[in-house]
Formats: sequence, structure tokens, C-alpha cells
Amino acid sequence: MQTSELDAIIAEHSGRKGALLPMLHAVQQAYGCIDAKAEKAIAEALNLSRAEVHGVVSFYHDFTEAPDPRPVVELCRAEACKARGVEALVAAAEAAAGERVNLKEVYCLGLCSMGPSARVHGKLYAGLDEAELVKLVTTA
Amino acid sequence: MSTVRISDDALAIALGADELAAAFEQAGATVERTSSWGMHWLEPLVEVDGMGFGPATPADVPAILAGTSDKGIGAIADHPFIKGQQRLTFARAGKTRPLSLEDYQATGGWSALTRARAMDRADVVAEVIESGLRGRGGAGFPAGIKWRTVMEAAGDEKYVVCNADEGDSGTFADRMLMEGDPFQLIEGMAIAAHAVGAGQGYIYVRSEYPHAIAKLDKAIELAAQHIAPFQLEVRVGAGAYVCGEETSLLNSIEGKRGEVRAKPPLPALEGLFGKPTVVNNVLTLAAVPHIMAEGGSGLYVRLGIDRSKGTMPIQLAGNIKHGGLYETAFGISLDELVNRIGGGTASGRPVKAVQVGGPLGAYLHPSEFHLPFDYEAYAGADALIGHGGITVFDDSADMGAMARFAFQFCAAESCGKCTPCRIGSTRGVELIDRIRTGGKVMADAVEGLPQMHNARKTGRTREEELALLNDLMEAMQFGSLCALGGFTPYPVRSALKHWPEDFG
Ligand SMILES: Cc1cc2nc3c(=O)[nH]c(=O)nc-3n(C[C@H](O)[C@H](O)[C@H](O)COP(=O)(O)O)c2cc1C
Ligand code: SF4
Ligand code: FES
Repeated sequence: MQTSELDAIIAEHSGRKGALLPMLHAVQQAYGCIDAKAEKAIAEALNLSRAEVHGVVSFYHDFTEAPDPRPVVELCRAEACKARGVEALVAAAEAAAGERVNLKEVYCLGLCSMGPSARVHGKLYAGLDEAELVKLVTTA
Repeated sequence: MSTVRISDDALAIALGADELAAAFEQAGATVERTSSWGMHWLEPLVEVDGMGFGPATPADVPAILAGTSDKGIGAIADHPFIKGQQRLTFARAGKTRPLSLEDYQATGGWSALTRARAMDRADVVAEVIESGLRGRGGAGFPAGIKWRTVMEAAGDEKYVVCNADEGDSGTFADRMLMEGDPFQLIEGMAIAAHAVGAGQGYIYVRSEYPHAIAKLDKAIELAAQHIAPFQLEVRVGAGAYVCGEETSLLNSIEGKRGEVRAKPPLPALEGLFGKPTVVNNVLTLAAVPHIMAEGGSGLYVRLGIDRSKGTMPIQLAGNIKHGGLYETAFGISLDELVNRIGGGTASGRPVKAVQVGGPLGAYLHPSEFHLPFDYEAYAGADALIGHGGITVFDDSADMGAMARFAFQFCAAESCGKCTPCRIGSTRGVELIDRIRTGGKVMADAVEGLPQMHNARKTGRTREEELALLNDLMEAMQFGSLCALGGFTPYPVRSALKHWPEDFG
């Protein structure tokens, strides 16, 4: 992580009211995680303790403390997608993912009328069957 | 060649609308991207001169352009799914380009704001009260009363916050409104700001909705002069369901952990940054321009039944043949929604259960399908309308597994502030597992230790485990600070009541 880049992100947001979440989103986006060094720099800039910043980072599912370089497939396993049979696809998706892909369980992508739904690299998919899901995982 | 209209709603895109639009352009057609009509099973839906074709794939392009396609559904506006609705909040759905100020203005946009700004703020609040509009986020609190509290609160720094966290499974109306008609939400917020005397507004959108976030950012930029001096900003959530709870949401905007705050103080008096704040759902605020049009409140209050006035954008989801957005006056029965309008299950199997109101809502049995869509009628049946999501399950559903998931979801999303929810949810998962496998036969290793004087040394029967589960649910219902812990027992109890055979 380049210190200058981190400083630039912090500077861009620190004037805003309630700056912490926008700042954390920007850091997570740029580095794939919010590590100890970033927490410390953010805490200093916002006049918070490191513990306060860490408390926020650890609260939200979107923020991670260590990078995970694997491709991510987010599979919705909330009620409406369960009703459309997502659970029956999980075993095949897990087998296809193995250790290579981070198959992440999420709760609702807002496509609940046409599930099962997934998101890969920002792209949404709905109405998935087993073959389509496995293909998404293997090509992720 | 005539213009081809295809939605740019996220659901249409997830089903291939972008590729389809590209194929039409390649074939030389002019493509206009509009909002979605809300007939999701037909997406991507193509509209040519008012006639619909769907669900369409790039392979259908030549036939649709030649007028020989067999995917035709006739005139879209005459489709029974559309004709049966009473669309006020979604009046523009399918008809306008989401980011076209021209389209917005041509369909009555900004006239309610102009009218409201010419009125005394107390009169604006009075009209919203008169309309009977209740909060669409779940609790159903009268919007106008909340506005009045903020209006009368002392201080000149006040906020309007739009709750666009929409975390409930089975709901997508907020998303469709933000993506399809963002100016209407902005106009509603500007009217609220005028009524209560707020200068700044925030829209808190869940991070799972990048399409909505992009549309809103652009729409706010385009609408800036129309709403000035009121200022608006989008704030993005970070994947916490509980941040839909209004005080947790305010903490999140302030840059804190999304922990729920104890009430009082009410957010209306001490909300964002400690200042008086209106927090309303997307659909509540988006209903306001219609209500504040000339005579709008009087029209609104005549729709619906009892104390549930106006229309509700209902979301038909899960295993349903005709899923999508159905806006209609309150009072409609589940039977009508699920069987007649929704066409039964997508799988063609019998309907087993319907969950109304998201993860904290009860599972309703077909014997309860006569219930009218009404806040009080649902509350009376230990159920809730919530945000108006209806999730249908066919007879292959395992309701014991769904009850377990209710606890699992609560455990994953609990903010951790109170014990019944934080710990009880995990104990609930364990209890359901034990009940489903026939009860706990023996004391476990820890319970067997000599130090554990109070622990039972023998196992529990299934009946005893069930009694324990009921105790736990009572503790959660009455001992939780917010509805996440307090309502998780509802789906569990309803599943146990109607489908005991699914619990082993
Ligand atoms: C756990 C939990 C989650 C909630 N999620 C949402 C949500 O996603 N959207 C929403 O508008 N209200 C949600 N609410 C309700 C809000 O606390 C609040 O009642 C609502 O934003 C008020 O706006 P309204 O009066 O316009 O409905 C949630 C409540 C709880 C307890
Ligand atoms: S019920 Fe759960 S989510 Fe709500 S305040 Fe208590 S711990 Fe937090
Ligand atoms: S439940 Fe899966 S997209 Fe909503």
C-alpha cells in the first residue's frame, strides 16, 4: 500500500460530515482490505482512536482486514432464492469453487422474483440453473 | 424504423437486457432505455410501438423487428397484470427514461414541489396527515405526524434521511423506484425538507444496489437547480441488514458501528448528528409528490381500507409464476395476489407457504389467504406487512429449515447490543437442530461437569426442547431492543404452528 495514495484518499474524504464510511469504502476498493496501517492513518486523520476505527471495520460485512486475492462469486441464499431452489445448487457450486474461488453467501440482491441470483465482478445474474452457476464459478 | 424500448433496471440487466439492447442497435434499431414495467417474468421485455415481446434474447431480434416474433404479449398497457393495478407511486414505470428531466417534467414532475413551496409548511404537513400516508418501511407510522414533530422541533439544523437500505428478502420496490424514477424520490425529499425546514438530505442506499447508487448520483446532479437550496447526498451502506433500522442507519451515516440506539430520544427530535431528523422509507417519500399534487391527498385517503390508506407497491417474489411489482390499494387478499395475479408457483406445484414482510415476517398458510392486505389485520394474525414483499414457497419447501434460517439470519445480522438477540439467535439454531434430530438425549460434556450444579444431568425430550424454544422466543420477543431480535420469533412460531411435521 502506497502511503501517498492512502493519504490522498483520506484527504479527499476527511472534510465531509460522517467521513468514516465513505473513506473506508474508498480504501477497501483501492486495496481490497483495510489493514492495520490504514486503520492507524484514518484514526489519526479523523481524530479517533484506532480501536474506534477497528470497531467500525469489523462491524460491517463489506470491510475486510486482510486481502483475499481470489475471485468472488456472491450467491444469494436468502428466503426468496431458497424458495426458487438455490440450496440444491450449493453443493455443485462449492465443488466448482474449491479453494480457487471465494464463494460468498449473501442475503438478497433485490432480484427476488427471478432467483436464484448471483453477482460476479459487479455483474448481476438471475434465474440461474446448476449448469449456469457452475459455469459462472469456473470462469470467475 | 421505430424505436425499441428496453428497460435498464438491474433485474432486466441480470436477465440479459444489455446484450439484447446491443443486438438491436447492431441490427440498426434505435434503442431507448426506460424503467421497467415490473413484469419480471417477461424481462427482458421489448416494447415496439406499445407492443410487448418477452422474454427476449438476441436471437429474437430479427423476428421482432420484422413483426413475425412469437414472443408477442400484445399491447403492454392492456396486459392484465398492468391493467389490474392502480399505479400512483409507480405511475411512470415502463413509460419514461429514468434520467430524462424532459420525460419527468412532461409527466407532471416538479409540479408538487412548486405547489408545496408556495404553501405554508404547516399546511403541507396537514395535507400529508390528511392523506393517511403511513411509513412503507415496515412500522407503518403516520408520515405526516412524524413530519409535524420535526417541523415543531427547535433548531435550524435539521435533516431529511431516506432509508434505502431495503435488506428484506422478497423486496425490490425501493430499488425499482430509485433506478426507474429517481427524480420522484428527490422531489418527495425536497417537499419533506420544505415542510420540516431541513437544508440537507441523505439517501442511505445498501451497497448491494450499485445500479441504484449510480442513477441517484446522476439524478441528484441533474436535479440540483430544481431542489436548491436543498442539498442531497447519497451515502452507501456496507452490508449490514440491521442498518435498515433507523437509528442504526443514523449511526452508520455518522461513521459509527451500526448499533441500534435506545429510544427516546426519537430521531425526530435528536436524530442525525443529534439534530431533528425525518427518516422515511423510499416508497413513503416517493408517494409524496402524488399526494401533494392539487387534490392528491383527498384522492389518496379514499383508497385502501380502515387505517391503511392509499396504495402499496407489493412485490411478488420467490416461487411465483408471474413475479414482479404490483401496486394496488390496500385490502387485496393473498389469495388474489398469489393465485390469481401471480398465477401460482413457478414450479407448477401446490403453494405451501407465503412469507410476507421479509425475514421477520410470519409464514402464512393457504388457510389464511383470505387476510386483507392491511397493517392491523396482519398484526392481528401475528403477521406483518413490512415492506410489502410476498415470497411464495411450493410444497417442496422444508419449513423447519426455514425456521432455522430465521435464527441463523438473526445471528449473522444482529448488531450485538442486546443479549436475547445476540446470543438467543445462536441458541435458537442449536435448539431447532436438536428438535429436528429428536431432542437431546444426554447432557453434553460441559453440562456433565461437577461444577455445573444447575445444569441438567439428563437429556431433554422433544417436548422439553420445544418448551425451551418457546421460552427463548418469548425472551427474544419481549427482551430485544429492536425488531430484529423482537420479530425473529414470528417466522419460527408460524412455521412450527402450521408445519410441525417439518420439525422431525
Ligand atoms: C432490523 C430492521 C431493519 C429495517 N430495515 C428497513 C429498511 O431496509 N428500509 C426501511 O425503510 N425501513 C427499515 N426498517 C424500519 C425503520 O427502522 C424505520 O421504521 C423506517 O425507516 C421509517 O420510515 P417509514 O416511516 O417511512 O417507514 C427496519 C427496521 C428494523 C428493526
Ligand atoms: S434486537 Fe438485535 S439488532 Fe436489535 S438492538 Fe438488540 S442486538 Fe441489536
Ligand atoms: S432473495 Fe435472492 S435476490 Fe432477493
